[in-house]
Amino acid sequence: MTLRTPLRPLARILQARQDGLNPDSIEKENLRLRHEAMREKARGRAQFRLVILCASFVVAFGAIGARMGLMAATEPQEPRASAPGAEIIAQRADITDRNGRVLATNMTTHALYAHPKVMVDPRGSARKLAEIFPELDAKALERRFTDGRSFVWVRKVLSPEQMQAVHEIGDPGLLFGPREMRLYPNGTLAAHVLGGTSFGAEGVHSAEVIGTAGIEKAMDARLRDPAQGGKPLTLSLDLTLQATVEEVLAAGMGMLNAKGAAAILMDARTGEILALASLPTFDPNNRPNPLVDKDAEPGDSPLFNRAVQGVYELGSTFKIFAAAQAMELGLVTPETMVDANAPMIWGKHKIKEFEGKNYGPLLSVSDVIAKSSNVGTAHIALMIGPLRQQAFLKSLGFFEPTPVELVEAPGAKPLIPKKWPEIVTITTSYGHGMSASPMHLAAAYAAIANGGVMIKPTLLKREGPTTGVRVMSEKTAMEAVRMLRRVVTEGTASLGDVPGYEVAGKTGTADKPKKTGGYYKDKVVNTFASMFPASNPQYVLIVTLDEPQDDTLSVTRRTAGWTAVPVAAEIIRRVAPLMGLRPKLEPPAADAVTAASN
Amino acid sequence: MRPVLYVLSFLGLIALGFWAYRENYATQAALKEVQALQRQIVGLRESLSVQRAEWAYLNRPDRLRQLATANFDRLGLLPMDPSQFGTVAQIVYPQAKLPAISFATDIQGTIAEPEEGL
Repeated sequence: MTLRTPLRPLARILQARQDGLNPDSIEKENLRLRHEAMREKARGRAQFRLVILCASFVVAFGAIGARMGLMAATEPQEPRASAPGAEIIAQRADITDRNGRVLATNMTTHALYAHPKVMVDPRGSARKLAEIFPELDAKALERRFTDGRSFVWVRKVLSPEQMQAVHEIGDPGLLFGPREMRLYPNGTLAAHVLGGTSFGAEGVHSAEVIGTAGIEKAMDARLRDPAQGGKPLTLSLDLTLQATVEEVLAAGMGMLNAKGAAAILMDARTGEILALASLPTFDPNNRPNPLVDKDAEPGDSPLFNRAVQGVYELGSTFKIFAAAQAMELGLVTPETMVDANAPMIWGKHKIKEFEGKNYGPLLSVSDVIAKSSNVGTAHIALMIGPLRQQAFLKSLGFFEPTPVELVEAPGAKPLIPKKWPEIVTITTSYGHGMSASPMHLAAAYAAIANGGVMIKPTLLKREGPTTGVRVMSEKTAMEAVRMLRRVVTEGTASLGDVPGYEVAGKTGTADKPKKTGGYYKDKVVNTFASMFPASNPQYVLIVTLDEPQDDTLSVTRRTAGWTAVPVAAEIIRRVAPLMGLRPKLEPPAADAVTAASN
Repeated sequence: MRPVLYVLSFLGLIALGFWAYRENYATQAALKEVQALQRQIVGLRESLSVQRAEWAYLNRPDRLRQLATANFDRLGLLPMDPSQFGTVAQIVYPQAKLPAISFATDIQGTIAEPEEGL
């Protein structure tokens, strides 16, 4: 405590009075001094506070800056305190069929790499590694281990046994990096739908798994999306149906010596594809390399998806579209008689029937379809005219690639004639000169089957109702189905009848075009497009066989009625009960059933 | 008065320091346990996914078909056939069970009545 100076010190006052000065000036002077001192003190305190404030800001920002620097510089770490949810264990979501059965999943495995600089015995290790992995070349490996580099990838994935064997070499320079591997437990089943995967960017601690084909590539973003939390992708396929279709198709293909085969089973109401098979097939776990030979046709590779990529002339299966459109336009009824006098001369072209037959002179529209008359269809198409025919085929999706979720689909553009004179109208009406994939045909037949609504074919399981554009009236669609049913009951597809399931469908046989132009005489593509049950069509089945021939009865037959139709019938016989479709049959005798239960 | 306050606050400080020390180690122990548990969970999840894959692999249709063929004499399994659909009418109703006799008088009563009616 400082001694407080009085404002009016008595000694000085008295002195001042004696000197005749104003003592008040002394007081004022003292007051001024005191105020000055007070101001000094206040300023000092304020300055001190400012310094403190300044210092605290420096410390605070310094701390934040230091923390930021630290966080930027350190290795990222998982939060330890919070418990993670079920999400993100695998970087790629599983793929399941419509009932949740696994089609593709992940497995943890390891990759093998080497740090040659810390290896104890590079030569010996290279030799031992080559013993474990026969595909590695000991000499090449040894060279890579000894040429001075510090990092070498040895193998992308190891089985646990192989990993143990590498451990037993005991070289500290051989190291393992964790890997996630895509696994297709069903092997070749639905291989063309699934496609395959490979490693993308690879690091020591992890590697990207990216889709290379099929739905794996088409839905790559969805499968890798962390926001989906590893929720499996549910396809519309049904594993059991897929297996059955592939089994029957493979048997049929073998029996008929076909080069390839494809089948599509589709729900006509929703457009969901229940089974999609293409043969020959491959194992997506070990995807073969694409063909490099320039002369090789794409169809020669097992990777080729005939159902989606195979753009063929689909032959007489197109005839029903002409008939349906003519009925829709009110030009004909199923009973209308049309000219079917073969051969038909159009300009310099001569349109003939199969094996030079003549179904004419007149044939009802229904019989034109049942007997598969080219001439009759040609006359119906001429009634419709090129423009309306094009518009109708366009509305059925024949001018665009199919929208199925496969990466191969957008590339498979239908081959459409550039000009559309009347001769093209004629040939297109019976499926020649214009090529489309079996998937196109399935979608168009589904439109007839479901009462005239064009729906989008899909490989993903659909939730809720589906809507589509109406392309023909319900009545027309019903008449068309009735005609297709007649093809099976009394027409070209009589082998396709499956008791109880009322198969309706249309056969198609097309000669294969030569690369050099013109057509092969002895190479055909046979198609049977069908739907069942005819009274209320629910499913569409397309079966295509590439270069089949039936030699059973000492005559070589190459028409769809003898090749694709029996295969399709067997597929329906096997598949329909699996879908819970009850046959319209008289129940078997009651005593037979009781006998079985005894 | 004041020295007492000082002593008390000093003791309080020591007590708080001790508490903070213990809490720190308890937290670290808990974190370590969480980490161990999480590692265990990850391991279990991994083996779960492996088992799922194996289940799918063992249940692949190819293998089941082969097994069904190999064991045909025991199982007699054939592909499903349209003729296997039955109707409800073909099912025999189970015979209704008669209620158990509990007392002898029950029987006397029921037999006696129609006799009286005659």
